[in-house]
Amino acid sequence: MFPNTNNTNSLTQTPVLSATNLGKNVGLQQLEILANLNLNIFTAQTVAIVGTSGAGKSTLLGLLAGLDTPTTGEVLLNNQPFSHLDEDARAAARGANMGFVFQSFQLIPTMTALQNVMLPLQIANRDDAEILAKDALSSVGLAARITHYPKQLSGGEQQRVAIARAFATNPKILFADEPTGNLDAATAVQIMDLIFDLNALQHTTLVLVTHDMALAKRCQRTLLLNGGQLHDA
Amino acid sequence: MTLNLMALKLAWQQLLAHFKAGELQVLLFALVLAVASTVAVSIFTQRVALHLNTQGGLLLGGDMVVMSDKPIADSYAQTAQDLGLQTTQTLEFPSMIVQGELNQLAEIKALGLGFPLRGDFSVRTQSGLQTITITPKMGEVWAEPRLMTLLDLKLGDVIDVGEAQFKITAVLEREPSRGGDMFSFAPRLMMNADDVAKTKLIQFGSRVKYQLLAAGDAAKVTAFNQILTPQLKRGERLQDVKTARPEIKSALDKAETFLGLSSMVSVTLAVIAMLLASTPFLAMQLDTFAMLRCFGASEKKLQQILLTQIGLLALIGGALGAALGYALQFGLAHLAGKLFVESLPQASFSTVGLGFLVSFIVLFAICWPQWWSVKRMPAIRMLQRDTAPNLTVLKWQFLPIIVVMVVLACWQAKTLKLGLSFSLGLLVLCGLIAACAWGLVKLISVIKQSFNLNGALAIGLGNVAQHLKLSLTQMVTFGVGGMALLLLALVQADLLNTWQKSLPANAPNRFVINIQPDQVESMSKLLQQQNQQQQAQFFPMVRGRLVAINQKTVNPDAFEDERAQRLAAREFNLSMAAYMQSDNKLLQGRWWGADDAGKPYVSLEVDIAKALNVQLNDVLTYDIAGEKIALTVTSIRKVEWDSMRANFFAVTPPKVLDKFSKSYMTAFYLSQRDSNKINGLIKTHPNLTVIDVAAIMSQVRLMMHKMGLAVGYVFLLSVLAGLAVLYAALVATRESRIRETTLMRVMGASRAQVRTSILVEFTCIGAVAVLVAMLIANSLAFSLSRYFLDIQYQPNIAINLYALAAGLLLIPAAAWLATRGLLNTPPKQILNSI
Repeated sequence: MFPNTNNTNSLTQTPVLSATNLGKNVGLQQLEILANLNLNIFTAQTVAIVGTSGAGKSTLLGLLAGLDTPTTGEVLLNNQPFSHLDEDARAAARGANMGFVFQSFQLIPTMTALQNVMLPLQIANRDDAEILAKDALSSVGLAARITHYPKQLSGGEQQRVAIARAFATNPKILFADEPTGNLDAATAVQIMDLIFDLNALQHTTLVLVTHDMALAKRCQRTLLLNGGQLHDA
Repeated sequence: MTLNLMALKLAWQQLLAHFKAGELQVLLFALVLAVASTVAVSIFTQRVALHLNTQGGLLLGGDMVVMSDKPIADSYAQTAQDLGLQTTQTLEFPSMIVQGELNQLAEIKALGLGFPLRGDFSVRTQSGLQTITITPKMGEVWAEPRLMTLLDLKLGDVIDVGEAQFKITAVLEREPSRGGDMFSFAPRLMMNADDVAKTKLIQFGSRVKYQLLAAGDAAKVTAFNQILTPQLKRGERLQDVKTARPEIKSALDKAETFLGLSSMVSVTLAVIAMLLASTPFLAMQLDTFAMLRCFGASEKKLQQILLTQIGLLALIGGALGAALGYALQFGLAHLAGKLFVESLPQASFSTVGLGFLVSFIVLFAICWPQWWSVKRMPAIRMLQRDTAPNLTVLKWQFLPIIVVMVVLACWQAKTLKLGLSFSLGLLVLCGLIAACAWGLVKLISVIKQSFNLNGALAIGLGNVAQHLKLSLTQMVTFGVGGMALLLLALVQADLLNTWQKSLPANAPNRFVINIQPDQVESMSKLLQQQNQQQQAQFFPMVRGRLVAINQKTVNPDAFEDERAQRLAAREFNLSMAAYMQSDNKLLQGRWWGADDAGKPYVSLEVDIAKALNVQLNDVLTYDIAGEKIALTVTSIRKVEWDSMRANFFAVTPPKVLDKFSKSYMTAFYLSQRDSNKINGLIKTHPNLTVIDVAAIMSQVRLMMHKMGLAVGYVFLLSVLAGLAVLYAALVATRESRIRETTLMRVMGASRAQVRTSILVEFTCIGAVAVLVAMLIANSLAFSLSRYFLDIQYQPNIAINLYALAAGLLLIPAAAWLATRGLLNTPPKQILNSI
């Protein structure tokens, strides 16, 4: 099944990210997590991948973002081979195209908010890293807290820093893995508003992994991962 | 690889961030300590060795002496002067001194301008006792008290030496050049070298010993030695303090071995502290690197960052450590300097470079294996932290640092054997601790079941078993730390005790030689009366020349070793004894029994056996006054020359040398107060030669005292490193302990229960660590004392008990102190911060 076939864009656009016959086995027992999975995602689309706990949502996100390599099949980025590239080439492609927001924020505890946001910009050798990072932190409402360490910030604030970090490089695709999983309901809504606002502003493609159907409904497309396969929800 | 500026900036930024967060502080502290310890001990040892050499130089009158039986070529002195060394020359020859009707053979020493280059003279003139560094004026001589007594001389008298007359202007109480062969001199008469010609005593065939003395910077002296050695002609030889005075060499070697051992222990402890401190730092680094990978950092960039971080850290640690080490040794030298006669010589800055080298090597050996973890690490670790393989532990992760530690240990210990023994001891300790930990877990499970334990005690005991890996790490850490410190404490106590015992205050300080057999009895009585001492021991002495080894004629020129040439070329003393002296140690063969009296056996001192290439069971033929005697080597002994007792290179069983004409020697103690009594002895027994070794003994004693102080100071450094280990071990496991104690409190445990469980757990850990450490430390101390330091090993119960008490009290107390703050904080607050 090709979940993208119902999408009108598919006829006119080349997908920014596509997966063909994607499969992933893990562990010594080679447990099959994903099998023969196909997916096309187009520029500026917002796509939610939902599924139960352990369905393989994060594994799929990892494969799409090139953080892991598939057992079978391949992932194309901008219609170019991506998953078969070596680790460094995939890292370079990630740096140039992708941003990440994780469930557990993944801020480096020894760095201030500003230093955390500067990190991907520094890796990209941007001379204006500090200016861009300050702008990004301002856009998430944390201009006054740039010198604070993660420990000194609330969960919601930490995730805002992570969002600022993700958008600071102006990525083409934003991967968000359960971005509200560690937050209370009210904060979760604020955080998702922020993500969608920035997404709209920067015309970013959003790939959101969540088990929250309400949240998923805010995306243009919702795909259900079940039994290693994707279905339109 | 060109260093990317961004990588440098990132590396620095992260390093700073890690430092502020506290993870780097322990690592840096331990690194600084490792470097400081190496630098301080190296420089201090170097300075003390230089100082002791200079002190030893006082006994020679210079740092190095070229000796010859012919006039010494001017080119030698020129070479020394070109190197920037000071030089002077002396010549010694025997001659009869005549005063009226009396005459006496004396050993005349004629002094060149500038003598002595090291040390000074102590002379008694009309104006009293004084210390001077000038030579006698022309026409004047200084005579030893013994010569004054024998010839009934007083200051101002005129004596005949050859064809010239000289006025006695001083009594020579002490000279700086009484090194070398102490049994070979007649009473001394000092004159100016420019007066020798007018005595007309130096003729063709005269027995004259020419000496060229050189002194100056140690490196220049070594260079002079190296340049001159290949140029030496037959009959010429070089002498420095180590070759001149075996008793000083022996004490110096022991001190160097011990200081090396102390440094080795400090470095080992500091490296262990670094290993522990690096664990949380590197774990955090891995997470950061996974994140960087996620954001697109290439392998090359990560490598650059890691390399830069290690480099920066090593540079900072090296600089701080070297500075601290330099300051520390300066402080040590300053403290010691007040007790030393003169201040220590300046240390060379080159040793500081060593600090940087150690810093880089140790840090790279610890951190570099992490690079393979980073290389293998998939970026998915960020998403699936729990399912990603645990990459922080590689099987061979510790191999580089183990290799570095063994190399450092061997280098610090100065000998491969000692370094390897220490390393092997560490390995056995780890194995034993692992076995004991396993046994302890079994025991705990039996105790818990048998006694149906509950509450904090059960939790504490359970913790040891449940966190076996963590407990094992702590047991090994505390065990290694405890073992190293205990070993050092035991050996230090042994060394100091033995040194003090080997030279008690009333050790014999006068040797009397040339006692005729018919004088033994009267001498014995006289000594007893005069000194109220116990029966003096008389050693028979027979002069003989070695003429054949295994029936093969000895040709002195055939020996490569210059000392062997001398030994083969001249007569030396043989003695007889039924029992081996207590300061001798049998290395090979066996000592004879009562039945062996009269059998043609000989026991040789090990150094002489080596020099002459003589093995056990070889047959040595001696020519004694024209008669030959063949003796089989039945044992080889090591002699503790620093005991300053009468000792002989070759000893036979009783009766073997009875048929030869022999004289006797004895040794006795004479206090400074009674030193005049010797004059009476010399008057009644004019043939005797009395040798005063009090000056040399006080030199050795002073040196031992100074080394004892140095050893104590260096031991303090090791204790500091031990505390760093304790601290690092607690910090390294702090995170997991915080989690556990917080959970216990969330589940309703009282602070008292948590405290008890921590104390029980750490008492178990401390007990295993300290008991195994005691076992290994005592075994190592035994072999170290016996095989490396040549000192009698005596189990030191007091030190062991202190160690046990420290292990059982200090470790739990430190663990409690480290977690105490958490017990007073509400669990919610802690949960929020982890």
